[in-house]
Amino acid sequence: MTSLVVNAPFVAVAALACVGLYIMVTQRDLIKIVMGVTILESAVNLFLVSLGYRNEGAAPGFTHASGTHMVLPVPQALTLTSIVIGVATTALMLTLVILIYRHTGETDAEKSRRVKG
Amino acid sequence: MDALTTHAPILAIAVPLAAAFLTPLVGRLGAKVRNVFVVAILLFVEFLVFTVVRQVLTAGIQVYTLGATAAGLAIPESHIVPVRIILEVDGLGAFLGIIAATVALSGAVYSLSAMRGESGQDRFYTLLLLLTASMLGIQYTGDLFNLFVFLEILSISGAALAAFRTRFVDAVEGGFKYVIVSTVSALLVLLSIGIFYGQYNLLNIAAVSDAMRYTLLDKIALALLIGALLTKSGAVPSHWWVPDTYTPAPAGTSPIIYASSLTCLGAALRIVFSLYGVKMTVSAVGWLVIVAGLLSMFIGVTMALRQTDIKRLMTYHVISQEGYMLLGFGVGLAVLGDPQAVAAYGREAIAGGLFHVLNNAFFKGLLLLTGEALFFALGTRDLDRMGGMGRTMKWTCAFFIIGALAISGIPPMNGFASKLMIYETSYQLNPMLAIVALIVSIMTLASFTKVFQAAFTGPGLPEYRDVKPVPLSMKVGMGVLAAGTLFFSLFPQLVLDTIVYPATDALLNQTMYIGVIMGGS
Amino acid sequence: MMSVIVRTIARLATPPILVFGLYVIMHGHVTVGGGFQGGAVFASATALVLVAFGSERVRRYITVSGLTLVSCAGAVLFALLGFGGMCKTFFYNFLVGSPLFGHIPEYGPAHEDIWTGGVIAPMNIGVALNVIASLSAIMLTMAVVSRKTGDGE
Repeated sequence: MTSLVVNAPFVAVAALACVGLYIMVTQRDLIKIVMGVTILESAVNLFLVSLGYRNEGAAPGFTHASGTHMVLPVPQALTLTSIVIGVATTALMLTLVILIYRHTGETDAEKSRRVKG
Repeated sequence: MDALTTHAPILAIAVPLAAAFLTPLVGRLGAKVRNVFVVAILLFVEFLVFTVVRQVLTAGIQVYTLGATAAGLAIPESHIVPVRIILEVDGLGAFLGIIAATVALSGAVYSLSAMRGESGQDRFYTLLLLLTASMLGIQYTGDLFNLFVFLEILSISGAALAAFRTRFVDAVEGGFKYVIVSTVSALLVLLSIGIFYGQYNLLNIAAVSDAMRYTLLDKIALALLIGALLTKSGAVPSHWWVPDTYTPAPAGTSPIIYASSLTCLGAALRIVFSLYGVKMTVSAVGWLVIVAGLLSMFIGVTMALRQTDIKRLMTYHVISQEGYMLLGFGVGLAVLGDPQAVAAYGREAIAGGLFHVLNNAFFKGLLLLTGEALFFALGTRDLDRMGGMGRTMKWTCAFFIIGALAISGIPPMNGFASKLMIYETSYQLNPMLAIVALIVSIMTLASFTKVFQAAFTGPGLPEYRDVKPVPLSMKVGMGVLAAGTLFFSLFPQLVLDTIVYPATDALLNQTMYIGVIMGGS
Repeated sequence: MMSVIVRTIARLATPPILVFGLYVIMHGHVTVGGGFQGGAVFASATALVLVAFGSERVRRYITVSGLTLVSCAGAVLFALLGFGGMCKTFFYNFLVGSPLFGHIPEYGPAHEDIWTGGVIAPMNIGVALNVIASLSAIMLTMAVVSRKTGDGE
């Protein structure tokens, strides 16, 4: 029973990654594809944060913690960097979707294709 | 001067990064000031890169610890693992740095007149400097997460540059495909970094390599890393984004985006040789890379034969030449566990692959620039509508001939030298590999004969009567790459002995890569 | 441009959002927070103002070129602080021991002293300037572009 509770974040990572990949592969609307990428990003960020957990650990910056045991702070920094990068790439992707819409009047991936071969 | 040589690796990364953010501020003073500033920064970066190369060739692997009290202090006292971000420049990093700095310089000089009249030039040069800084960052770093961050910077600036001319719909479409593919690849790289951190609690490449136990999780991480980094470099079966992204890239950025793909291939080499090395099942991974290389070669050149857009044809040849490099590296990787085979032909194969990387960056970059020059002069990329430009655009025609001879592997050009090394070594592993490579080389020659005949020979067409030759800075930009191609053609053994074989030995010598950081500061 | 209720609430809510954002930025090296976190909170005030007052009215006061200037200034500040440590190595913490953010805390439970951290606190400010200006520029540009295609904000 405890192994299910301890492994629950990793099960969530797998579920989110599968959902993200499924959306990216099957959906045709460009904005939904961007949403799929964002969900995949959330899955990887959740994976990084849950790597750092140590049993009965406190937050690293907590002044009045009861013991000296704390969770690892390095994955939190890695996740923060990844979130910032995710914001930048999402902004770029959405801008390009807006530009494709202005050129072709469509946000459907099949109908707005102009380059073939 | 001594301080400059110690700090040269981080300066080569930090100076273009800081200059990228200074460019909009400098651009307020005027366009000419900004152009001079950008070219001066790139010349300084070229100087720093050559300083790093000289240091690595004379003094061995260079280690730089960011934030420590001394540059070489990788493991401080009372610690047993490295702390802080550490740059570790070995032969491979120095070799790739030359490619990044030179191609960026020639692309920027080319863009000075090719971008005249376009709006938003401040942002163009900012993105160009960011792309240069990120390429050097990936090549020089010894830290996995640092690699990921620079990989993302490379993806974002490359996609923004590819989509720069937003008035063309194919540019926006190419940029969108590039950013989706790059983001997913980088996420897979981050997942593998998480796997390494979760098992070993380390992020430094040398430290993880020392502690590596090749468990099932490490195999998963290897698969993710190879898949993601080979996708980013444009190997089959994830080659479909390459033509859409490279074709509409503006002005002189096509060679720089190509150099960034070669940098991702270099990062894959770093992972496979220095991080995993002999601990993995080398034959399986090696043959996977060989098969990817064969498919890339063949599919690239056959798709190129039916193209009528000159730049799209050249980008399919990008995929094809990538196949040659993967063939060379795969042959070297497949025999990595066998010291006799390595000494017999494995080392030659990797050296052939690396020499082909260097040659390709120069002659393929030159060909992409000539295609862009034709577009600049004629306003079209369609081969069916071009004709007879050999008389008016003499320099462009000469540069095209140099590039086309080199890429087809005609002696005495440098393409022949590197392809010969790959043919000889892959023949010893399996004769079929060399035969496929030879056939692809013949088809490459056929393809470029068609382009030459369509664009440059023949009678002059009436609609192109008023076409003038390209401006001076574009000729200088192409000239730098052409001069490099000719230099490598005339002195191949000198180039091999000076920079290619040290890079090969740096890749094969995983023990030294680990020992410089772990075995004492 | 939304109704008068939304505009009034936006006027009332924006100062606390800005103050909270600045608090998160300045206390990044002591408690949770930092440059990006506080900058994102600060930029959410821009989003609120854009939605409540409309991009036409906001564009008169905040221009994309001005935001580009602030963003570059923040990034250049960050890079200069990195170069400032070059007496030993890049990113060396040269402010430890100096009167500016230079207190060295004792080993043990956290002391909530904001003047610690060395070069981290000014770097947080540089990053925050960059993030605020960049996120605001992104939101402003997207609002203007959406308006031109007739989709509203």
